[in-house]
Amino acid sequence: MAQYAVLIYAHDSAHAPDATPQDTESSDRHSDELAESGAMVLAYALTPREMATSIRGDTVTDGPFVDSKEVVAGFYVIEAPDLDAALAIARLNPVVREGGGVEVRPVAGRRFAERTTG
Amino acid sequence: MTDGPLNDNTGVEAAVAGAHRREWGRVLAATARVARDLDLAEECVQEAYASALAAWVGGGIPDNPAAWLTTTAKRRAIDAIRRDRTLRAKLPLLVEPNEVIMDELTTDATDPGDVIPDERLRLIFTCCHPALAQDSQVALTLRLLCGIPAADIARAFLVSESTVAARLTRAKKKISVARIPYRVPQATDLPDRLLAVLAVIHLLFTAGHTAPSGASLMRADLVDRAMHLARMLRELMPGDTEVRGLHALLLVTDARRATRVDADGGLVRLEDQDRSRWDRSALAQAHDLIVGCLRAGPPGRYVLQAAIASLYAEAPSYDQTDWPQIVVLYDRLLDVWPTPVVALNRAVPLAMVSGPQAALAEVERLERDGRLSGYHYLPAIKADLLSRIGRTGEAADAYRQAFDLAANEAERAFLAGQIATHAERR
Repeated sequence: MAQYAVLIYAHDSAHAPDATPQDTESSDRHSDELAESGAMVLAYALTPREMATSIRGDTVTDGPFVDSKEVVAGFYVIEAPDLDAALAIARLNPVVREGGGVEVRPVAGRRFAERTTG
Repeated sequence: MTDGPLNDNTGVEAAVAGAHRREWGRVLAATARVARDLDLAEECVQEAYASALAAWVGGGIPDNPAAWLTTTAKRRAIDAIRRDRTLRAKLPLLVEPNEVIMDELTTDATDPGDVIPDERLRLIFTCCHPALAQDSQVALTLRLLCGIPAADIARAFLVSESTVAARLTRAKKKISVARIPYRVPQATDLPDRLLAVLAVIHLLFTAGHTAPSGASLMRADLVDRAMHLARMLRELMPGDTEVRGLHALLLVTDARRATRVDADGGLVRLEDQDRSRWDRSALAQAHDLIVGCLRAGPPGRYVLQAAIASLYAEAPSYDQTDWPQIVVLYDRLLDVWPTPVVALNRAVPLAMVSGPQAALAEVERLERDGRLSGYHYLPAIKADLLSRIGRTGEAADAYRQAFDLAANEAERAFLAGQIATHAERR
């Protein structure tokens, strides 16, 4: 098995601070399905583009790093035996049929920081 | 040196060369399953071919050279894996069902009379995976399925050898890092994935058919390789109509090979070609394929292209071409494959059916569309239509535009001739 990161590209993230359950319904449902199927390793939904702040060299600007029609709205990591299997899973993301798309990238390495809570 | 060994050596060299041309892909595909790494597989196959020379001079040419080569290459791969088992276990490997590998590894493949399973279909789907850029797909297919050295691939596509080598390395790295599987795609993905394979074979053929000038020998070789791959794919997927359609398309187009240029290498237009010198048996073979495909159901892009090419080729003379039927087929083709190039090509038979004025309107519409700017056939077709309605001066200008965009020397010479003729009559 190998791990693949799936980057979600959409006009914007549905996960606004004041988002209603309806706004995030399709992405939440897909996330549940992936978790139940056992393919998902972890998943992060990001806030909309307005919340982004970018740094290039010494300059700090508001907005996403790349000025483009689509932004990264979230990402998740899945486990799959090969690229075709990973693509088959990634293709199920509702964003693919909602005007956006996904990018699948093999994971090169990972690390979780040890943290003490409290 | 006596005659005997000399003949032996020559015979063996010819047998090895023949096996290289015909069997490389089959041997490599089978070896890749065992090696689980394309670089190792390539290395082992190369060594097998090298060792064949000496072995066959001594022991005679085997009845089944492909089986001998496969067994030898697989054995080398197994040895290499055993030697480096710990090292190789750390490398990302070509993804393959495990049980098959264990099976191959435990079988002591010593019987060259064995029927070797045909793995070429797996290999071509891996080479033409959509996760690879198309120029990489093309280079990989030529290198791995046809055994063509990087230097020759570079010459055929007028790029440097290091460019091709880098493309091959990058592609192989991606295959192993992203784990592009060594497998024929599942039925649901097959139509899309097959399109990529067909596109690569078609691109190879087109590159050989009307290439920029230069290595003229290699151009014919590209056409032959494309034909070989199309035939191979048809053997491996006999039920698929688009596979048969592509083979038919290549057969029809290549049937005119001998008449497309004159003795001096000058371009001869379709209407001026000597139809008696067309390869009738290739045309007949294509005809049967096309009829079978059309009966099988709604035709796809390649079947329709083949049917159009075949209608052009079957007319007793250019003037007796069934133009209305060709326009109908182009309309069907636009339905399944709506591209501006198809729309442009449709203008040619349209001019014969509805007159050059109507066709010119269509070409001008495509010109405004802009997607074909830089495509020299657009001004060339426009020039011909303008010439036919007596707008000679504008025709000369359009021919000049086409001349500036064309890269093929034979085409440029033809267009230069047209510019001169029309400028005179201006």
